[in-house]
Amino acid sequence: MRAVPPAARVYILCAVLAAGACAAPAFRSGAGTSWSAVLLLAALYAVCEQLTRCSFLGDRAPTGMGAFVPVLLAAAFLLPPAAAALVAIPGALAGRVDQPPAGLRRVWRAAAFAVSTCAAGWVFRELPGLSGPHAVAAADFPFALVPAGCAAIAFSAVLAALDGGVLVTAERCPARVAWHGLQPGELPPYLVHGLVGLMMAVLWRSPYGPVTSLLVLLPMYISCWVFAQYHRERAAHQATIRALVQAVDIKDRYTRGHSERVGRASVLIARELGMADDRLEVLRFAGILHDVGKLGVPTRLLRKEGPLTPEERRVIELHPEYGHEMVRGIGFLREARAAILHHHERLDGRGYPYGLAGSQIPEFARVVAVADAFDAMTSTRSYRRARPVRAAVDELKRCAGSQFDARMVGALARALDRHGWHPAVTADTHDASGLRGNVPPPRSSGDPGPLSERDAGHRPARPLHSVRRRQGGSA
Amino acid sequence: MTARDGRSGPEPAVPGQRAATAADAGPAGSRTGLRPGSRRTPRTVRVVHAAAGVLAVAAFAWTLWHGLHEQAAALAFGLLVAVGELTRWGPGAMGSSRSDDREVAPLGAAGAFAYALLGHNDGHPTTHGVAQIVTVVAAAVLVGITPHVAAGRSPGLDRLARRVITTAFAAVCFQPLYNSGWFGTWADGGPYYPACVLLLLALSVVSDAVLCATLARARTGWPYGPLLRDHLRGLLGIGSAVCATGAVIALAVAAVGLWALPVFCVPLLLTQYSFRRYASIRATYRQTIASLARATEIAGYTPTGHARRVAALSRAVGRELGLSESELTVLEYAALMHDIGQLSLVDPVPDGATESLPQEEQRRIALLGSAVVRQTGVPAEVAVVVERQADPYREQPPAARIIRAVNAYEDLTGRERRPEGPLSVLEHLRLSTARDYEPRVVEALAQVVARGGDLLRTHE
Repeated sequence: MRAVPPAARVYILCAVLAAGACAAPAFRSGAGTSWSAVLLLAALYAVCEQLTRCSFLGDRAPTGMGAFVPVLLAAAFLLPPAAAALVAIPGALAGRVDQPPAGLRRVWRAAAFAVSTCAAGWVFRELPGLSGPHAVAAADFPFALVPAGCAAIAFSAVLAALDGGVLVTAERCPARVAWHGLQPGELPPYLVHGLVGLMMAVLWRSPYGPVTSLLVLLPMYISCWVFAQYHRERAAHQATIRALVQAVDIKDRYTRGHSERVGRASVLIARELGMADDRLEVLRFAGILHDVGKLGVPTRLLRKEGPLTPEERRVIELHPEYGHEMVRGIGFLREARAAILHHHERLDGRGYPYGLAGSQIPEFARVVAVADAFDAMTSTRSYRRARPVRAAVDELKRCAGSQFDARMVGALARALDRHGWHPAVTADTHDASGLRGNVPPPRSSGDPGPLSERDAGHRPARPLHSVRRRQGGSA
Repeated sequence: MTARDGRSGPEPAVPGQRAATAADAGPAGSRTGLRPGSRRTPRTVRVVHAAAGVLAVAAFAWTLWHGLHEQAAALAFGLLVAVGELTRWGPGAMGSSRSDDREVAPLGAAGAFAYALLGHNDGHPTTHGVAQIVTVVAAAVLVGITPHVAAGRSPGLDRLARRVITTAFAAVCFQPLYNSGWFGTWADGGPYYPACVLLLLALSVVSDAVLCATLARARTGWPYGPLLRDHLRGLLGIGSAVCATGAVIALAVAAVGLWALPVFCVPLLLTQYSFRRYASIRATYRQTIASLARATEIAGYTPTGHARRVAALSRAVGRELGLSESELTVLEYAALMHDIGQLSLVDPVPDGATESLPQEEQRRIALLGSAVVRQTGVPAEVAVVVERQADPYREQPPAARIIRAVNAYEDLTGRERRPEGPLSVLEHLRLSTARDYEPRVVEALAQVVARGGDLLRTHE
């Protein structure tokens, strides 16, 4: 952990002072703060903060919210801004922090949430033309939606702005990148939080009392919990796929890391061809799993030194069919299944298993064939040394038209010119990040830093995405 | 493009896993061989359907006679229930049977409950009675499922009947009390009123679970206790969200009027969405594990379909023994992967039948298998079960006992050269219950086989 730069300390101190200024009016003698409501809400927020530390609303959610925003917004709707700011402080100070320096993070979070909540409360009260200090009274219900939405937007905007500041000072992000987070895409989750906060406030003020407002939180809590399970399950699923690949690697020692690299090369080609993101992901799996059928080939044959007899060759050439047989039940692989079956077809129809020619060969299979051959040439095997990238591309170009699709070869050549090829990133490092599930990739300049509030919890577990991103950034 | 691609749809479901929810297993249910009753509708089910039908018709007649009170509220709630049914996730669409995604149309359920428990509306007392509630809910559900039926999906008659009966139950509990002014005397305006509403809701949901378990029992013949336990446990998930939302809608409508309906549904929609994603990733995960399990078949170490048959039969036996849904999942994953250790062998065992190998060799393969399983990220219990599958039963966890007996049964009946069939194999297993196989497991296996679990074989 790096030391926190002095600029960041000063920045955080400023935020704390601002939070103090926000909350101070609550203590004035004539403020009429309803302390019982403040205490109740603060306790509720603290409990929620302990209970739920997960992201919901999917991958696009403000990741690792760490805080239970609806409670804060309900406070902003129910209390004067100064008192609402107070609600955020105890919960944020008591919440768990994942990385050191814990104390500083807690203080920072408390200050950021206090200021944001205060801003939301102020917007909710002062928005011109709206119903004034008691907008959550039952009669104005449908009209209260507008100021509530504005307040939620204000909350997210202030939080994002403060957050950007900490990125600039603590992580030395360029300002443009740091405030990149102020995107419209982040608004819907906050609007939902605003809605839920408004519902809490309405029920709080209703004749049935504050207890009923807890019922609003229950579905939110459950969906939060299910989402955490979803992410766990998803990480486990990806680990399982990697286990499939590792099982091949164990059998066929020549090809250590080969599957991962073919996946990466396939993605390089497809991105050059401008394929859509979800197809890229499927193609990546096609590359990773293309040789999975080798599990069905006797280990003796795969490890045999020296030339193969025609009989043995026929057995090895069964592996695309074996692989297809294995994965055909896996629905999400879609086109990848055909790629696994046909990745040894040749454009002139002399490949196997079916001898398809030209455009009969599925597009994904043509991509994987090129990526497979490229990696086979550029990696060292026990019986020969690796060829340089340049020579391999020349060889591919020579075979384009007869064995490979010239379009794919050209795309690979262009992508290599643009990004280079980094085979040093072996499968092992990928596997490590995959198996541990949630380890975020090393931060590139574009990623928010660890002090970032919107990032303080854990990120959604998506190792494959992040690995892909990393390639996009560095390759 | 090739002959193979025609078959590349989802795997045929493992029998039992879908039937768990599925009281309303339509055509999908009749494919699975484990349920002798699936050809004809059992009597209990017909009785429940008839009761719901009579209830709905009587309520409709009553409403027709007395007219519809407070039409705006009726329309709004009817719309909510219909939309909830429309957005249901089709039963079995995900092939998932987790106990916590039992409620396939949470929004519809919450809307129906809220209407049944609606007291005031925007501060004014309401006058809609039990009959009107049942009529509106039944009509709305019918409207909501029409597009599903038109698209060729099963209407889910069981669920329809349950919805009608449960709504009527909640309304009968609440409306007379409310109309008699009993709440007004001591509970109105305070925290007691929401508490009463919640209590009634909880009662209704529990009775729904009892009804659901009864129907499932009648359709499948599985033991009642575990079914009911699974259904009740399922209530903790989406069931409690439905309860909370139903109560919140009823209270919010009482406080602010019908505007509350669209707004207060949002959290439940979120919950439904996340459950949906969870169910889909779970289904995907099952597919991947089943494929991993097929690696041994393709490598020629085990006969085709062996892992799948052992998994299906283990699940049936586990159910017979009263395992819970989560235990059944562990059992199923472990059964699918129980032979994975054979991939590490250089030469295949004849027919993959580990049962005939010496004890030490069996344990070695089990250890190799658990090493592979540990890497795959499945729950650690699965690896333990795989590791202990060849131990004497007294040292095994329950799931491993089941897999051991079922695997032996599969290995022994799977061979062509044993014409005597299942009965002699069971006899052979019974003779080894002193050490290898647990007697209870063997008896449960015998029952499953007698009920037609052996039909599995014909469904390959």
